[in-house]
Amino acid sequence: MIGRLALGVLGALLLGYGALLALTRQDLDQLVEVGIWLAVGVLVHDGLLSAVLLAVGLIGRRLVPTAWQAPATVALVIWGSLTIVVVPVLGRFGARSDNPTLLDRPYSLAWVVLFAATVVAVMTAGAVRSRTNGRPLAGPEE
Amino acid sequence: MRIPGPEHFRSRLRSPAVAARVGVWLGATFGICFLTGLVSHYAQLPAPSVPFPASPSWGYRLTQGLHVTSGTAAVPLLLVKLWSVYPRLFERVDVRAGRQLLLTALERGSIAVLVASTIFQLVTGAMNAAQWYPWTSFSFRTIHYAFAWVAIGALLLHIAVKLPVIRDVLTGDIEETTHDRPTAVQPGSLSRRGLVRATVAAGGVAAVATAGSTVPLLREVSVFGVRSGAGPAGVPVNKSAAAAGVEVTATSLDYLLRITVDGREVGAFTLGDLRALPQHSEELPIACVEGWSASAVWGGVRVRDLLAVTGIGADRDVGVVSLQEAGPFRRTILPANFAQDERSLLALDLAGEPLDLDHGYPCRLIAPNRPGVLQTKWVAALEVTT
Repeated sequence: MIGRLALGVLGALLLGYGALLALTRQDLDQLVEVGIWLAVGVLVHDGLLSAVLLAVGLIGRRLVPTAWQAPATVALVIWGSLTIVVVPVLGRFGARSDNPTLLDRPYSLAWVVLFAATVVAVMTAGAVRSRTNGRPLAGPEE
Repeated sequence: MRIPGPEHFRSRLRSPAVAARVGVWLGATFGICFLTGLVSHYAQLPAPSVPFPASPSWGYRLTQGLHVTSGTAAVPLLLVKLWSVYPRLFERVDVRAGRQLLLTALERGSIAVLVASTIFQLVTGAMNAAQWYPWTSFSFRTIHYAFAWVAIGALLLHIAVKLPVIRDVLTGDIEETTHDRPTAVQPGSLSRRGLVRATVAAGGVAAVATAGSTVPLLREVSVFGVRSGAGPAGVPVNKSAAAAGVEVTATSLDYLLRITVDGREVGAFTLGDLRALPQHSEELPIACVEGWSASAVWGGVRVRDLLAVTGIGADRDVGVVSLQEAGPFRRTILPANFAQDERSLLALDLAGEPLDLDHGYPCRLIAPNRPGVLQTKWVAALEVTT
């Protein structure tokens, strides 16, 4: 209990120190922009991304045959999150004409190839599952 | 449309048993990110009270590579962690609960801070690694540093609040339902263990797909690395001569490297003078704050040999001034322990050929164990203050 309380107090202190650093080292207009970024990040995740995932889940459960659902979910977790990770390089937003050594890979091609490979892997895994164990998986998720 | 309640989310994958297990991995990546971030911040301090060590020469390369890679791996972990606890966002608050209401407000407030600051840190960090700066006013370095403390503090607070549940679900079986919401009973398309494994795999895939910018072995595998590793003399460029506005001054025949003591010039070297001095060769990494790095063989004059002309003791920090006329790193401080290290060079050559203009021609600083932004290019002067 003491340890838990100490951990909580330490956390609050570090949090407060960070807030103090931000408040004392940036002007009000800079802090306002930070606030906007903080809020937009949460809104995009909680409002947009989570809603899209719910929709994908609902549709997937109706359209994807049972044997393919587990591989499809694994693929969604890996390929979906990877897609979010690589948005900055896919868009090449930081590319500069005076520096050809930056963002110098064929990112879109890599993404398309990975997507195709993922689809093939899901199809194969589903086909194998439906032929071998054929264990009926549970119905709709939620 | 009706706002859903937590009871409408029925998947048994959205459970504390999953959240805590993914949370352990997420906590580990955040811990690495935080500590390596502190190292990077410390390495960039102009005058630290305890000098940053010059050895091992690959130290900063390792810590900053770990920083960006663990941050990248954290993205899938955070996404699944948030997914597993998403229903709790819709928990209703009983506004007549009195003292309990205050506690609830505090807990939810701390969760809001935790979620907002972690998303912010991962998003701005990923953008910075790709040299994408869409924000207009705030300083990335200041704010990323400040919110690292906010995020790690909020995380410790969150762990303290949830500790009894965390302990229960981690010591129990992953399929245990004691702490589940009552309606979270429908089996998902994966088992709980399957989801945790897929999530950890996703973190690993994200790391491997990007880490080739700093891990030579992964160069061909990391199809989403911010750099392929190609560049003049086999080394990528962070800031070009054109971007720094030094194309004319760096190639001028009147170029002189000046050495000053308290503003008084005590030495001036043409490029030919520098080439006539004893030349040394060192294999040193260039490791950028954005996370990419490359090791290379540099040739040139030892900084300490140049400073010897000043006749001043070896305990002085050295100001390194670039030809570039603006920017926060136009003038950097080379602490005394780096200036006197025999591996610290004013490099004229890279991989056996004269420096490319984009690598800092006519000469640049290359010292062991330093962030790339402090390896000043297009050096115009070394300044010693007594």
